[in-house]
Formats: sequence, C-alpha cells, structure tokens
Amino acid sequence: MTRNRANKPSGAVVAALVSFCVSLLAMGLVSSLYAAPKAPRPDTAASSQAFLQVYRVFTSPRCQNCHPAGDAPLQGDDSHVHMQNVKRGKDGHGVSAMRCDTCHQAANLPGDHMPPGNPRWSLPNPRQKMVFVGRSAPDLCRQIKNPKENGNRTLEQLYDHVAHDGLVGWGWNPGDGRTLPPLTREETAKQMRIWIDGGAACPQ
Amino acid sequence: MTSFVLNGKTVEVDLDPATPLLWALRDSLGLTGTKFGCGMALCGACTVHLDGKAIRSCVAPLSRVEGKQVTTIEGLSPDSSHPLQRAWIEIDVPQCGYCQSGQIMSAAVLLREIPKPTDQDIDEAMGGNICRCGTYPRIRRAIHRAAEMAPERNKS
Amino acid sequence: MNRPADPRQVHPDLHLLEAVGKAASRTARRSFLKTTAAAGAGLCIAGFVPELLTAAARRDAADAKFFAPNAFVRIAPDDTVTVISAHSEMGQGIYTSLAMVLNEELQADWSKVRVESAPVDPAYNHTVYGVQMTGGSSSTPSEWQRLRKMGAMARVMLVQAAAKQWNVEPSSCQALNGVVVHAPTGKKATYGSLTMEAAQLSPPADVPLKDPKQFTLIGKPKHRVDTKEKTNGTAQFGLDVTLPNMVYAVVARPPVFGGKVKSVDATEARTIRDVLAIEQIPEGVAIVAKSFWSAKQAREKLQVSWEDGPNAILSTEQMLADFSKQSATPGIIAKKEGDATAALAGAAKVITAEYDVPYLAHAMMEPLNCVVDLRPDSCELWTGTQFQTVDRMQAAKTAGLPPDKVKINTTLLGGGFGRRANPASDFIIEAVNVAKIAKAPVKVVWTREDDLAGGWYRPMWHDRFSAGLDAQGHPVAWTHTIVGQSIMAGTLFESFGIKDGIDAASVEGAADLLYGIPNLQVDLHSPKIGVPVQWWRSVGHSHTGFSVEGFFDEMAHAGGKDPYQLRRALLAKQPRMLALLDLVAEKGNWGQPLPAGHGRGIATHFSFDTYVAQIVEASVEKDGAVRVHRVVCAVDCGRVINPDIVTAQMEGGIIFGLTAALKTEITLKDGRVQQHNFYDYPMMRIFETPQIEVHIMPSEESPTGVGEPSVPPVAPALTNAIFAATGKRVRRLPIRARELAATSGVKS
Repeated sequence: MTRNRANKPSGAVVAALVSFCVSLLAMGLVSSLYAAPKAPRPDTAASSQAFLQVYRVFTSPRCQNCHPAGDAPLQGDDSHVHMQNVKRGKDGHGVSAMRCDTCHQAANLPGDHMPPGNPRWSLPNPRQKMVFVGRSAPDLCRQIKNPKENGNRTLEQLYDHVAHDGLVGWGWNPGDGRTLPPLTREETAKQMRIWIDGGAACPQ
Repeated sequence: MTSFVLNGKTVEVDLDPATPLLWALRDSLGLTGTKFGCGMALCGACTVHLDGKAIRSCVAPLSRVEGKQVTTIEGLSPDSSHPLQRAWIEIDVPQCGYCQSGQIMSAAVLLREIPKPTDQDIDEAMGGNICRCGTYPRIRRAIHRAAEMAPERNKS
Repeated sequence: MNRPADPRQVHPDLHLLEAVGKAASRTARRSFLKTTAAAGAGLCIAGFVPELLTAAARRDAADAKFFAPNAFVRIAPDDTVTVISAHSEMGQGIYTSLAMVLNEELQADWSKVRVESAPVDPAYNHTVYGVQMTGGSSSTPSEWQRLRKMGAMARVMLVQAAAKQWNVEPSSCQALNGVVVHAPTGKKATYGSLTMEAAQLSPPADVPLKDPKQFTLIGKPKHRVDTKEKTNGTAQFGLDVTLPNMVYAVVARPPVFGGKVKSVDATEARTIRDVLAIEQIPEGVAIVAKSFWSAKQAREKLQVSWEDGPNAILSTEQMLADFSKQSATPGIIAKKEGDATAALAGAAKVITAEYDVPYLAHAMMEPLNCVVDLRPDSCELWTGTQFQTVDRMQAAKTAGLPPDKVKINTTLLGGGFGRRANPASDFIIEAVNVAKIAKAPVKVVWTREDDLAGGWYRPMWHDRFSAGLDAQGHPVAWTHTIVGQSIMAGTLFESFGIKDGIDAASVEGAADLLYGIPNLQVDLHSPKIGVPVQWWRSVGHSHTGFSVEGFFDEMAHAGGKDPYQLRRALLAKQPRMLALLDLVAEKGNWGQPLPAGHGRGIATHFSFDTYVAQIVEASVEKDGAVRVHRVVCAVDCGRVINPDIVTAQMEGGIIFGLTAALKTEITLKDGRVQQHNFYDYPMMRIFETPQIEVHIMPSEESPTGVGEPSVPPVAPALTNAIFAATGKRVRRLPIRARELAATSGVKS
C-alpha cells in the first residue's frame, strides 16, 4: 500500500486509485467481476485526512476529558483536573468512596454544570488507558489502531464503538451547558468510515 | 410511590420519582442528619449509602433507590459506636458539624473497602467532601484512628 | 505603634453595637425593672432570666425542681447542669469554652454539663457590645468574668443550702465535682439533691473568684460538648427544624443588587406539583410549596422581568481600575506619625506597590435559612443567627409586633463567619415577609446559588504602599492608602461606626501596626458601591494582613534584609509578638535548608487582641499550581481556656485563609455575580490541605479570641513563600496559577 505523503490531495487521490486498482487485479480479478457493489478502495490520503477530523473530535473536551494522561478524569472546556480528586481505580469506575456513580447518574441531570450521566460512566480501565490527552494526531492514530491500546478492538469494532457505543455517544449528548464536539456523531462516524476504508492511514 | 429500605426498615414515599433522594429523606421521612450543601454533588454533605456504596443523595433521583437499601448517618450504628464515630469524638473532629455526616458516611465506605487506608487513600476517598471550617487535618487523623479501632472492636 | 488600650478602638463594631444595644435595652430595661419589681425579691445581681422572675415562672421552676440561680445556669435534681450560652455555636467551640469557664467556679461534675442556646433577652447582652450577638472573636473574653461569677454564685448557694440542711457553717463545707461535702461529719450531698433548698435562697451580692493557680478545668483540653450529636445526625441546625404543618419557600431575588420586580409570569411555575403560593415580596418573588423541592422546581419555571437599576453597570474590571486610580490620590487620614511624606522624599530608596483582594462570600456549609411561625399576635423564629437582638428588632418591625412578642430560637449554626450577623437582618426580614404570605409556619431555604449571589460580601480592597529605606536598608517611612467600601456605611450603625470619615474596620491591621516605623501614614478612601458588604472572618484584617505583610516582605528584600530579622528589629517594643515570632521561626525551621523548589514565607498579624505568627512552606509547579506543604502557626491569645479548641480554630482559620488565598473570588459583570456554586467558587479540599502545626504561647494575660486571628497572616506567609521559591511577587488574590507558570515572567 502506498503511503501518502503528498501535500496535494488531488494528486494523492489519483496515485492511490492507481495503486488500489493494481492491487485488486493482483488479488483476484475473477472475484471482482462478480462483486455487485464496488469494494471500498483504500484511499490513504482521504483516510489520513479523515483521521484528522476524527482527531479533532477525540481531543475535544467531551471526549478527551475521560481519556486523560494520568489517572484523574478532566472536567470542563478547559479540561481541568476533576475537582474532587477523582481517580481511575482498578476498574475505571473510581475508588472506595469515590466511585463514578457516587455522583454520576444513569442520565444527565437537568441544569448547567449538573453532573452528567450515563449507565456506564467511567474511565478506560487501567490496563488499557486509551490516553487521548497530549497525543499528537499520528501518535493517537497509531495508538487507536493497536488492539493492545484500544480495548482489543478491530477497526470495525472501533468504528462501531464510535458510531454506536452508548457511553461514547454521551459526548454528543452531554447535557445542559456543555459544548459539543466539532463534528456531529454521524459526521464523525462517516470520517471514521473513510479513515478505515482508506486503510486507516495515519497522518504524519 | 417509591419503596426502599431505609436504615433497615421499608419505607414508601409518594413523590415525583425525579425528586432527589435527599429531599425525600429530610422533608418526607424526617431524617435530617443528611445535609444539603450544594445540590450539585460538589460538597458531599448529603452522602448516604446505597446498597453499601457512597452516593450523593442531592443528585440521586428517587427512582434510583427503588427496592434498594439506603443507609443514612442515623443508621450507621445504633448507638454512635461505629469506629468512625468513636474516633470523631475522641479527636473532636467537628467544628460547626454540618458537613460531618457526609464526611463520616464517605469515610465508612473507605474503611470497608480499605481497612488500613494510607494518606493517599484518604485523599482519594474524601476529596468530594468539603468542610468550610477546615477540619481536614482531624478528619485524616480520625480515619487513621478508626482504622486502628476497628480490629479492637472485632476482637472484643 | 502602641496597641490601643481600649479594644473598642480596634473593633469599631463595638461602638455601634453598644449604641444600638443601649437603644434596644432602654425598652428592655423598662420591662426588666417592671418584672423585677413584680417578683419583689432582692434580685440585684446581674444575670437573671426575667421570665423566671415572674411568680408563675418561679413556681414552674420550683415544680420542676430546677435550681436556676441566674440566667446562665440551671441545675436539675438528676445533677444535670445546663449552661445557657448567650453566644451562638457556629463551630468555634464556644459552648464548650463557656461551659468550662462557668464550671471552673461551679465545680459540677463536668460529665453532667450540657449547653443550650439562650433566648433573646437583655440578660444575655454582650458584656462589651451591649446587644446579644456573637462575633469579633469576642465571646470568650467578654464572658470571662461574667460566667465565672455566675458559676460561683450557684456554687455558693448550693453550699449554703447544704450547710443549712446540716446546720453547719457554710465555710466548713466544700464543693467539688458536683458534691457538697462537710468533712468533719462526712456528710455529702450532690448538687441535684440540693436544688429545692438552693432555689429558696437569696443570691449573694458578690462572690469571690478563684485564684487562677487553682484552676482545674480552664487550660485543659476537654472534649467538646457538642461532638456526639454532630456525628450521629441528631444535631439540630436551622435547616433541620420541622414544625407541624410547615411549608417551604424559596425566593427569586433580583440578579442585580437593588433590582426590582417589573413583572411576573407564574403560569408555568404554578403547574409544579404542591405549589401553594407565588407572590411578590419586598425582596423579590416568594414561592411557597409543600416541599422545598417543589418550590425550587417552580422557581426554575418562574418568569420574572427585573428592573435592574443603577447597579447594572458594575464590573470588577472597572472597579479594579477605579480603585487603583483613587489610591493615587490622598484619602482621609486614619493614622499619622512623624512625617512620612518628608521621610519618603529624603529616603535613600523608595519602593511602591499595589495590592488587590476581591469580594468574598462566606459560603457557610449550611446555606441561610429561617423558620417562621407568624401569628396575629406573635412571631416565633428558628434560625442559626449571630445577631439576636438586632434580628428580633427587625423581625418585630417587619411583623408589626412589639419585640417582646417575637421569640427567636437560636439553633446550631452550620458555619457563620460573620454572614449570620447581618447588619440589615436580610435573611430574617425576608423570612418574615415570606411568612406573611405563607399562611402557615414556613421554612425559607436559600440554595447555594442564592448564597453566593446574595451579596453581603467581604469588600473588595485595594492597598497602595510606599516605603522609604535609608542607606542601610532600614525602613524610615511607610505610607498606606486603602480603597474599599465601608461595611458600616448605609447600615443602621453608620452614625456610630464611622468616626471622622473613617470606618475603623477598613483600616484595622493597618492603622494599628505593631512595627516601629518612625514615619507612618495611613489614609482611606471609602467609595460607595451598590454591592452589600459585611464582616467576613477577620473583617478588615483579612485584607490588611495580606497587603501589609506582603509589602513588608518586599521592603525587607529591597533593603537586603532577612524578612524574619527585619520583623524582629521592628518589633523590639512588642514583647509578646516578638516572642511569638521567635517561636514560629524556631518551630518553622526558618533559615534551614529546604527541598529544591520550596520556599518559606513568614508573616505576623495582631487582630482581635490576639497575636499570631506563621511560616508557610510552599512550592510552585511548572504550570503555576501552588502546593502548600506545611504551615507552622504560633499564637498568643492570653490565658487558654481549652488548648484543643484553640488549636482547632488555628487549623480552621488557616484553611479558611488558604482558600481565600488560592481559590475564591466573587466578580461582577454587568452588575451580575459571576459565581454560582462550588464549581466556580471552589473550597480547599482535604487532598490540598498542608500539614499544619500549632504552637500556643503559655500566658497568664486575660483570654482573647481565637476564631478569626489565624486567617490574616496565612495568605501573606504563602505569597512570601512563593516569592522565596520563585522570585515572583503575588499582589493580587486569589493567586493565579497562570501568572506563576514557568513560562510567565516575573510579575512586578
């Protein structure tokens, strides 16, 4: 697969298309003749561009606040450390008397700055912390493709996680007074799809 | 009608199920030991136990406790004999006292989960409980003291 | 800078409250005399409960077999001793301290001593302030003589009663630990067994007090009397009071101070279950419901259109600029010694600096509340107040009743810090107004948001300093211009509290500097701003402590002096503070090595007749976050009643002061308060709390207060420590991490 380094997207798209066709032919002409819809063509340039869109979402406060670098969740649009000294704990649900559901309910509570809620409110577990904060786009891209760092997910499972997971979906339904990620969930899922179908290319 | 077990007795309250548990406890059931401080789970004064876990009753809708066990400060021990209560008295922790029900209820869960807590364990368990009078140094001492006491009680 | 001999020169509120108290007690005295005459006994000793003096009440007391020799103590046949506290318990441990003071002379069995709050009555007026109130770190010093006398009076009468029973000389009997003993015959009687007999005796005209060398209770770390109830949920705060058929209320108040209701649309609010009434009151719109939650839900649906009025233009940014500008102009002189202007002109080196502190809310953990049972001919209140006499007068006026028809039951206070001694009785008057529309006993509850946006803040202050140093770096001149609202201005107490344009609370801690600087001038601007302001734990000292001790540190560094040594030099004529300074330097390891990146700061402050010196050890993270590692505090509060309570008050005041130094400010934009709850008005939490060590200086001087004096020095000790650690001088509170971040330059 050609790595896309081009800074001219249109040229890169052409190059990727050519490369894709060549590999298709090599892989088996016969099957492709019978494929009714066209199989996705890896478009690495579009893929990495799409990842940059996804990256904007992942590093927005609604997403990254629960993917911190340390063991303390973050809060607010300034991503400050959670005021109550909350810690990840052994299962990602906090410690002793400070579990996530000590304060967070199964649903958002009405009113600005009221505790947001979800039945599974938590941080990633400590074995796979899935850190977003402080990660560059290429680093985060490589990280989320790595099953050892993404919760043992395949790319399709990763797509499903972003597109359909209930807790992830909270990011787009964050309750009163909270800003939304820069893209809608649908748009984010679409960009994930482009990224994956384009070969899950990572920006440089 | 919401039904739950409060300090060992089944109770029923006829309130909107979205009403925070705190107000059912204080205004409908007459247990005023659980305090109102912020209404947003920011101060911990309203901490009670739900099936043994610490929750902030000011934001927990009544619907959440249906059929479950709720313990308030009044039900922590029958005679103020919980090691934390004894340690609180021994060290004279409270000043105004308003936040202390919540402090003790949080500390009770901490001690059950971590019988010999370190200072860091205390910092992590108690970070959600504000004391405006500044009794934190004594809260820390009293939790350590209660941790020492607990086995003493079990031995006897 | 000699210390004023009369504490009232330091505490302006004493003057005005005394005056108000005199006015208030004129009426009271008349009724007192009348009652006394009716009772007909020789009741010349202070401290009687007038209601006990009526024949009926006396008979009731006798039926119940209580012995109540005066207004402050009651002994029951089961030996229970009830001390009646004129001072509100708001965490400062006053119930315990006062009971110890009284029982030192009474000599009852300490385990049998209980404390309850006093009703509102002239008998309980503050011995100095002249009204019934709690504040100014004055409770212990003001009761020190009175309560020992009350205890002694009771003991003498119990001994007399026993002696009479046994037909022996009272002088041959001794009272100890709740028992009167006649050693020659071996006869014994418990206090409880003597109540009937003692109640028949006339009180002695005067009683001798113990030599302090004989004290057995005072000075001991006795356990607090109110701890158990505060650990099992039974302690009764105002918010816990419940009456039969009681309803609940919240009030929608204007978003701008002084705003008025233009129009109200309650259509949607009335759809909330259990709402009983929504009506305009002078303070805004009251919502009465069968439950607090319903009332609050309804308030969220209530549409009120407000007439903001002139305060809608207020903004903190503008005020900061205005204050700074004003501080460059001469104000009214509050203190002048020597000729500071000439000395500055002739100094080898002159430094100047400006300091700022913000409005601050008290943020007691128990939000304000008041239960009112208003009837056609009476009004009864249950609330945690620090200001009984004034509150009763105001409640009576609001209810249209004579004061003697108004009863206030003082509950425990879930924190006070001054807020519950409101000069306008704001939460009391409002609650009575709500009661007028509630048509049932009503509990008015403030939410945290109501509390923080409700005004009555510690004023914003600006302090401009200049210091002149001689060629050796020794201070020769000090000028200090203060800009900030007067707390007294515009209140009932204005005419008493402001002398020659100076509200003494504005300049306390500045005009009474202990440091010996030869040429000194302090002047004051008191701008009138429509933000209600109030005393807040340590009052004026809460800004002068910070600014004076911060600038002192600058002065020391500018002259190449060690901050501790320069303080020593200038405190040469203040032996108590000097001794304390040396103690804190020793215990705080002044001058000893520290971990890399740590700094030590030192500060002293004299307030409420109590001396405090502190050393703070702190460091600053790369992102500017301040870590406070250790606070060492030395205090001289005269004779100590209960060392553990003194320690607790020092600890608590330090944390209160650190919260102000590091975290909190009330700011205004377009006249609206920008803070709402603990997410934007954050409190210090346990994991941020440093190690705190308290050292009490032994003393045989009269006791002085400890509720407030540990607050003022901690902020400057911290900012001085930050300077030592980073070279960055903090002159504005709260400390802003971004100004201390590694990337930020030195602020000067």
